[in-house]
Amino acid sequence: MKLIIAIIQPHKLDDVMEALDEKEIYLKTVSNVLGCGRQKGIPETYRGVVESGKLTKKVRLEIALNDPYVEPAIQAIIKASKTGQTGDGKIFVVDMHECVRIRTEERDGVAIG
Amino acid sequence: MNLAIQPGDVAWVLMSAALVMSMTTPGLAFFYGGLVRRKNVLSTMMQSLFLLCLISIQWILFGYSLSFGPDIGHFIGGLSWFGLKGVGADPNPDYAATIPHSLFMAYQMMFAVITPALITGAFAERIRFSTFAVFSLLWATLVYDPVCHWVWGTGGWLRTLGALDFAGGTVVHVSSGISALVCALMLGRRKGFPHHTIPPHNMTYTVLGASMLWFGWFGFNAGSALAANGLAVSAFIATNTSAAAAALAWMAIEWVVVGRPTVLGAATGAVAGLVAVTPAAGFVSPLSAIGIGVLGGAVCYVSVSVIKTKFKYDDSLDAFGVHGVGGTVGALATGLFAQKAVNPAGADGLFFGNAGLLGSQAAAVGVTAVYAAAVTWILLKILDKFMGLRVTEEDEVIGLDDTQHRESAYTLLD
Ligand SMILES: Nc1ncnc2c1ncn2[C@@H]1O[C@H](COP(=O)(O)OP(=O)(O)OP(=O)(O)O)[C@@H](O)[C@H]1O
Ligand SMILES: [Mg+2]
Repeated sequence: MKLIIAIIQPHKLDDVMEALDEKEIYLKTVSNVLGCGRQKGIPETYRGVVESGKLTKKVRLEIALNDPYVEPAIQAIIKASKTGQTGDGKIFVVDMHECVRIRTEERDGVAIG
Repeated sequence: MNLAIQPGDVAWVLMSAALVMSMTTPGLAFFYGGLVRRKNVLSTMMQSLFLLCLISIQWILFGYSLSFGPDIGHFIGGLSWFGLKGVGADPNPDYAATIPHSLFMAYQMMFAVITPALITGAFAERIRFSTFAVFSLLWATLVYDPVCHWVWGTGGWLRTLGALDFAGGTVVHVSSGISALVCALMLGRRKGFPHHTIPPHNMTYTVLGASMLWFGWFGFNAGSALAANGLAVSAFIATNTSAAAAALAWMAIEWVVVGRPTVLGAATGAVAGLVAVTPAAGFVSPLSAIGIGVLGGAVCYVSVSVIKTKFKYDDSLDAFGVHGVGGTVGALATGLFAQKAVNPAGADGLFFGNAGLLGSQAAAVGVTAVYAAAVTWILLKILDKFMGLRVTEEDEVIGLDDTQHRESAYTLLD
């Protein structure tokens, strides 16, 4: 069991979800986040004062998966969100110890969905 | 003080000018601003705010003179009122006998401001700001000012044709609505449309904006009586009635078709009803206003929910679907429902025994639509060559707030 945390460009979310759907990976958590990559974002100006664009808007996906689905998920995310430009994002893959479905108290493989 | 001036009229038209100003900002700015994505809300509001500034100056310098100045060949006003020369406190009886000429000018200025602002709904979320600025100035000068002269200026050729346009159904809504369609077609669709849905980011703004529009529209329509009198009251009632009827019609259709009435539907329906009643407001009874509202709401519903979906043009915020279509419905409906019994200065429509009016109404709409579409098309062709119409794909993806203005509306932290 793995937990995939993918940080992607916000406008790629629709395409990534579509690509995941194609691999029959439907369950996920999505949130708006701010992040720093190696480059800076767009500086903004407020009444003449420039704010350096340290943080850029990203979307974060969290997907818990049974092992056979991990590689397909990674491939789907890359396919849908890679442009070759900086800032395309990252995928973190983390070992997951346990998963519980609250309603049924099922554990692990079944509970992941 | 000139004895012909009526203080009551001055007070009402001054107030009305301010009401019409409030339709552009905050009204339209919030109506449209809520409908776009969060990364484009500022740039969308900026378009309304910018036009309030730009056209205010254009109008003072030469826009008013071109629109209402001494007629040249029934086509355009001359430049002899450049810088408002001779437009002062004395009334101009050709336009409004009981208020200062300068007040008539100021009231009309707010119409000149909102008309190009309506178009911005068609090119939302993708136009370059610099191109938009140049386009708007040229459009105001080459489309709005001439059409305004034809319909309302002394000597204007549509005015003599006998078409009725109480508060600007043709001058404001048809001209901007048709131009909006041309803009939508020539700029092309937003990236992702229609494959991905592009949902409104803050519908509460849209409800606020629609309500502000409704409020301001009392100045637009009832103010067009240019006097504090019974006609103004009659236009006020027709306006409110039509907005209410159209919103109810829209909700009813949604209830039947999709199973639920929506808030966005109610707000859009109300605006459609306001648009539709605009040319008719001073010529129809309250009961007729119900008919106009229902018609306006229903036809606009079909145009934005069925026709736009079928042909897949990206009239992003339905500037054409509501203003172009609603304005046309209203102009034609005026040819059906107008009644001399309501306003002796008007005419009878088809339902009151005079079929001829409908023809004049159709002609006025047709001429305005063809002229506005043609000039808009030419302007965009030229601007496309010299400036480019759209932002780059990358800038579109990042959003216009950050790329055109280096600002963002909402912070995620703090
Ligand atoms: N090491 C990291 N730890 C936590 N979050 C990270 C890390 N690297 C990247 N992120 C997140 O991913 C987002 C996108 O990163 P980005 O793609 O810009 O990475 P990068 O290392 O700068 O690569 P590139 O050179 O391709 O831009 C960042 O804004 C941040 O939210
Ligand atoms: Mg980076």
